[in-house]
Amino acid sequence: MDQLNNYLFIAAILFSLGVFGVMTRRNGIAVLMGVELILNAANINFIAFSRFGGMNLDGHIFGLIIIVLAAAEAAVALAIVINIYNNMNTINVDEASALKE
Amino acid sequence: MENIFINYSILILFLPLAAFVIQIFFGKRLPREGDWVSVGAISITLILSIAMFIAMLLDHDPNFKQEASFTWLDMGSFSIELGFLVDNITVIMLLIVALISTCSHVFSIKYMAGDIRYSRYFAYLGLFTFSMNGIVLANNLVSMYMFWELVGVSSYLLIGHWFEKDSSADAAKKAFLTNRVGDIGFFIGIMLIYTGIGSFTFSHIFDGVASGMLTGTTLTLAGVGLFMGAMGKSAQFPLHIWLPDAMEGPTPVSALMHAATMVAAGVYLSVRIFPLLTPDALLVVAYVGGFTALFAASIAITQNDIKKVLAYSTVSQLGYMILAVGTGVYTAAFFHLLTHAMFKANLFYGSGSVIHSMHHALHEKHDHESDPQDMRNMGGFKEKMPITYWSMLLSTLAIAGVPLFSGFLSKDAILAGTLSFAQHHPGHILLPLFGFGAAAITAFYMFRMMFLTFHGKPKMPSIIDDIHESPKEMTGPLVLLGALSIFIWYTLPYFNPLSSHGWFTDLVVPKDAVVPGNLTAYDIEDGAHHAHYLAMYISIGVAAFGILLAWAMYIKKALSAETWSSRAGLLYTLSFNKYYFDENYNKYIYQPTFRLANKVAWIDWELYDKYFINGFGRLTDWASRVTGKFDFDVIDQILVDGTGRIANLFGRTFKTVQTGKLQNYVLYVTAGVIIIMVIQSF
Repeated sequence: MDQLNNYLFIAAILFSLGVFGVMTRRNGIAVLMGVELILNAANINFIAFSRFGGMNLDGHIFGLIIIVLAAAEAAVALAIVINIYNNMNTINVDEASALKE
Repeated sequence: MENIFINYSILILFLPLAAFVIQIFFGKRLPREGDWVSVGAISITLILSIAMFIAMLLDHDPNFKQEASFTWLDMGSFSIELGFLVDNITVIMLLIVALISTCSHVFSIKYMAGDIRYSRYFAYLGLFTFSMNGIVLANNLVSMYMFWELVGVSSYLLIGHWFEKDSSADAAKKAFLTNRVGDIGFFIGIMLIYTGIGSFTFSHIFDGVASGMLTGTTLTLAGVGLFMGAMGKSAQFPLHIWLPDAMEGPTPVSALMHAATMVAAGVYLSVRIFPLLTPDALLVVAYVGGFTALFAASIAITQNDIKKVLAYSTVSQLGYMILAVGTGVYTAAFFHLLTHAMFKANLFYGSGSVIHSMHHALHEKHDHESDPQDMRNMGGFKEKMPITYWSMLLSTLAIAGVPLFSGFLSKDAILAGTLSFAQHHPGHILLPLFGFGAAAITAFYMFRMMFLTFHGKPKMPSIIDDIHESPKEMTGPLVLLGALSIFIWYTLPYFNPLSSHGWFTDLVVPKDAVVPGNLTAYDIEDGAHHAHYLAMYISIGVAAFGILLAWAMYIKKALSAETWSSRAGLLYTLSFNKYYFDENYNKYIYQPTFRLANKVAWIDWELYDKYFINGFGRLTDWASRVTGKFDFDVIDQILVDGTGRIANLFGRTFKTVQTGKLQNYVLYVTAGVIIIMVIQSF
């Protein structure tokens, strides 16, 4: 259990789930949740490589920064979603296509 | 005591300039239009000048001389130094300028009251005083030339003060242009001297001439060139034509500039450069001066305009001074400059007072036809204007050369000089004849003017009741300068009305000319001294003759002026019309020049402009059409628009990718990443 590959597997699974969620979900909130999954997959990779690569705390620091960044991103993105809802009465991201062409 | 001369000089120079600047920018907004600024500044310079004058008298050093200079322009081997030279001549001249200028300022307060450009008038007076002091203080030819031109400008501005009148504007232009003719000679003279000696400073120039760096014809030409500047400013024949016309300016201006100071600048220059004049150049100077003295006096006899009489009288008296320089008694020239400045300025103020009064009297009667300056409208003013009459009488006696008055002393010194010159050079007997002839005529026409103006029956009885004495701002200068026409002021501490021996002759002693071979100052003085008594008897004789003749003609009426003038016939007509100088200059100089200018203008317009300049225009027009076509067809159409069209094409092609569906974009990104990873793995 205490091997790098296991962590990488879990991270890969998480990443794939995230990408899948982003690609298939129409609901804006769900898309955001997919993005969070991707970020956390990256987090697991950072920490795993840090732990098994003998790089002290570098990966942890990156992890912490990514968590903070994810929080900020979520705040901004949720604000955008609320604005989309206010303007279009929907949070379906396919509907928000005013900039196409 | 050491440096008060230089320090005071700087103040005397720049105070009037400060007054000018204040007046020209703020004059209109100051109370009383700021006349007190100008009068105040000029009064301070008068006080400083008097202080310097007293210091000079106390020092009593005939060789007193102080110089201060600085480098103005330095271009390697060529550098120009400007500076001050203060010696006894400078101090006396500064006092003359300050005194007459103060009188003019005070006189103008009433004379010019209500003028539309009152503050501007005072500003220009300040500018003039500044420039004149600059000439007086210059120790080199460059700064003298600069101030010389500034004097010309301020003279132009003041003569043209009433420029709404065509005659004023024309007179101003005439004065400026005539002066320019002389100034060309002045400039050539300066350049000749600089090429020969390499310096503009007087002391260096004199040293250079003494050591033979510049000799012979070149030196003569340089001297004559410098003298041409003096001829222009001092209105010597044949450049005298501007001065009578300059009387179009306000009368205090005529008194200040065209009688006492500005026209004396030429004489002052001649006195300054006297040491470097060669015998030939001196002869030119003497003949120009002598001829001018007689010639201008002969015009003054027949003029009816009171200011014209005085103007020609000034030309004639300046001729005297120039004659004196030419015959070597240049200290006598300067002495005459001093005495003449006082009595001639006074005569002008007197005439100004008479004109002022006439003007008001005519105004009362609503008479705008009669000329307030015409002596044929005057007569019998003696009782009405006693102060003006008596002070003018003193000055008239002085100018006529009557003993006990200042003019007698200086004129006598000049005539003695010419007599002695004729004794040394028997071929030049004409010079003393010019001098004595002019003296006789001067006495005649000056008393003719006095008799016509103040004596006899009023020629216009209707206005005589309105003739009044002028206010005290105007009579003050009259009384002061009238008193200064008496001999005593010039001979102190001695009291001998027949000899000019006094502080002046003690302090202003002639110096040897630096040109090798010229008569020494001692020889000249000695000769003049021997000729003194002969000159005195003759000059008293001719003065008495002139005065008696005037008395017989205009008071006693024993001789009829009309009969005599018709008997003189052609001579009278010539004199009355000023020898047709203006007409002949017009016919033989101005008109041919004008025609030549027209021809040249025709060539310029018809040939040069039409074919050459316009040809260039057409060529440029054609070239720009061709390049314009190229620009539009090739650059714009193909290159610039082509770039746009290509961008447009790409945009059209790729816009279909933008579906607006978020999932599509994510798919592209993922696909792209996968493709890159696949490519990488190979």
